[in-house]
Amino acid sequence: MDASTKTYVGEGPDSAGMFGRFGGAYMPETLMPALYELQRVFAQASADPLFWEEYHRILADYVGRPSPLTLAENLTAELGGARIWLKREDLNHTGAHKINNCTGQILLARRMGKRRVIAETGAGQHGVATATMCALFRMECVIYMGAEDMARQAPNVARMHMLGAEVRAVHSGTATLKDAMNEALRDWITNVDTTYYLLGTGAGPHPYPRLVRDFQRIIGIEAREQILRKAGRLPTALVACVGGGSNAIGLFHPFLADAGVRCFGVEAGGLGIASGQHAASLEAGRPGVLHGNLTYLLQDEDGQVSNAYSVSAGLDYPGVGPEHALLHESGRVRYVAISDAEAIAAYYWVTRREGILPALESAHALAYVRHLAPTMRAEEEIVVCLSGRGDKDMDSVLKYQEEQA
Amino acid sequence: MSRIEKMFAGLQEKGRSGLACYFTAGDPSYAQCLELLQQLGKNGADLIELGLPFSDPVADGPVIQAAHLRARAAGQTVARTLALVAALRESDTSTPVVLMGYLNPLMQYGIEEFMRAAAQAGVDGLLLVDLPFEHVAMVAVPAQAEGIRLIRMTAPTSDDSRLDVLLAQAEGFVYHVALTGTTGAAQGVFSAIATDLVRVRRHTGLPLAVGFGIRTPAQAAELAANAELVVVGSALVETFATQGMAAALQQVRDLHAAVCAAAQVVEPL
Repeated sequence: MDASTKTYVGEGPDSAGMFGRFGGAYMPETLMPALYELQRVFAQASADPLFWEEYHRILADYVGRPSPLTLAENLTAELGGARIWLKREDLNHTGAHKINNCTGQILLARRMGKRRVIAETGAGQHGVATATMCALFRMECVIYMGAEDMARQAPNVARMHMLGAEVRAVHSGTATLKDAMNEALRDWITNVDTTYYLLGTGAGPHPYPRLVRDFQRIIGIEAREQILRKAGRLPTALVACVGGGSNAIGLFHPFLADAGVRCFGVEAGGLGIASGQHAASLEAGRPGVLHGNLTYLLQDEDGQVSNAYSVSAGLDYPGVGPEHALLHESGRVRYVAISDAEAIAAYYWVTRREGILPALESAHALAYVRHLAPTMRAEEEIVVCLSGRGDKDMDSVLKYQEEQA
Repeated sequence: MSRIEKMFAGLQEKGRSGLACYFTAGDPSYAQCLELLQQLGKNGADLIELGLPFSDPVADGPVIQAAHLRARAAGQTVARTLALVAALRESDTSTPVVLMGYLNPLMQYGIEEFMRAAAQAGVDGLLLVDLPFEHVAMVAVPAQAEGIRLIRMTAPTSDDSRLDVLLAQAEGFVYHVALTGTTGAAQGVFSAIATDLVRVRRHTGLPLAVGFGIRTPAQAAELAANAELVVVGSALVETFATQGMAAALQQVRDLHAAVCAAAQVVEPL
């Protein structure tokens, strides 16, 4: 096969930050020098064993890694197909996978001599993880969060305040993650000399998709080693939820070259694709440029970015990381959509059957497992990324139930 | 000679710098925006910068964000913006029009198709805020084919090696961003701007425009001493939105007078 038809298995990005035709750095000139500086510092750090030593030490002693790989015996028995393993990112300090990326990036910020860190957040998990690392490294921290999300995720807002971060409410647009990212970028344009932008997902301009992936790969690296040890073989399937897609790329990437491992990315289907109220960029979007990269976007005919919708604040984003766009087009990963209703049902299901409260984001992945596992044989393994804990979502879930009643 | 080149030649003859006035296309409605645009040339705008509304204008401050929202709510689209320029050209055939916006709406329109339609409508130039030189070819080639000047932007953060590459293919004029910030940002003094503009000039023989954060006639006059074209946006958009057309046109006349009275641009060595 020639290069154009060969399945993409994670070799990207190229030096211009392109994953095939996706990615790049479509940003105002003011920020371009800062993006080059970040590339340079990241390349140096990547080549420095001491950098990775410190990253792994913090993950082990502070975050609590490796996170367990739990065999979900009750779910497995009920579905009667493949064995279901949960990669327990919910057990990380701060309760989600977001801290892996923050650990790596705060070390980059320190290398660059920055004392002020900004970030966007949707569900608040990335905001909490950023505020946590800023407390630990004694840096000033400003978090941009949509006003709508602040209402949905009040406990996380309180946690960020407690950690000493300033949370700035964003009222523009739909007052969710996309708009928080716009405001964070505006702050960065204004304070680029003093400020590190700690982007939370595998999207944004080059080099963010690359570095977020490299700091989240720990999920897949551990899962691979754990499943080989516990099951004695590679999984047949991996399942992870996809908003921007950082937990999914972190789980998938170390397995992409293993042709026998099928990967499923689960987008938020909201009220259903036909309703137009969803966040399924890959299933229902088309390529365009937002937040510095060329990727699949929900947008109208005129190229205006549409408002995404999901009951889960962390998936409520109209774009998706550019590497996912390429994995989608090259066919290496299959992307599917799960509705609000199915995700809420999975939230209860996993809580009652396994005693584990999953984040609503992760509940989308778990809901897809209910479709997938029964189609597989008992001698097969599924690894699901349980990307975060669901305590933060109890209010949303109860409110949803009330509205349905 | 295109309208942009003619304008700069005319300014040079008169020995003064020019005034560029930014408004968002379709704000607050197509009809009201057209009425305003038709008066701009007569009231002292040497060049019209017309914003293409976008859902996610990351380089714009609150005033222009609000203008984009109003325009979109009134149904403004890329096609309607081109229609607006065509309608303006029925009465104003000489004032250059430069569209300013973000890449995605053009991509969805189809870049080659857009350039053909824009040239036909009477658009002279194009400024794309989120198109750095790394990705410029996809737009520059079709623009050139239709005679649309793709205006390159420089920033206070652009270093000499970037300026070299960035300006090698520049055409029309060069747009220098006066501050590290979004449009309309408050800044009292432009302390480093003279040095920055001299630095940019070492890399290009084209006229320089300067914009972002220029609000008052005094500021416009100060910058007119250093650049061939001074761009005012947020201050005008705000006046138009809160006080209406007569007040906005008065402000254009005041800015024009200040720019005309300013010291002439010193020719580069």
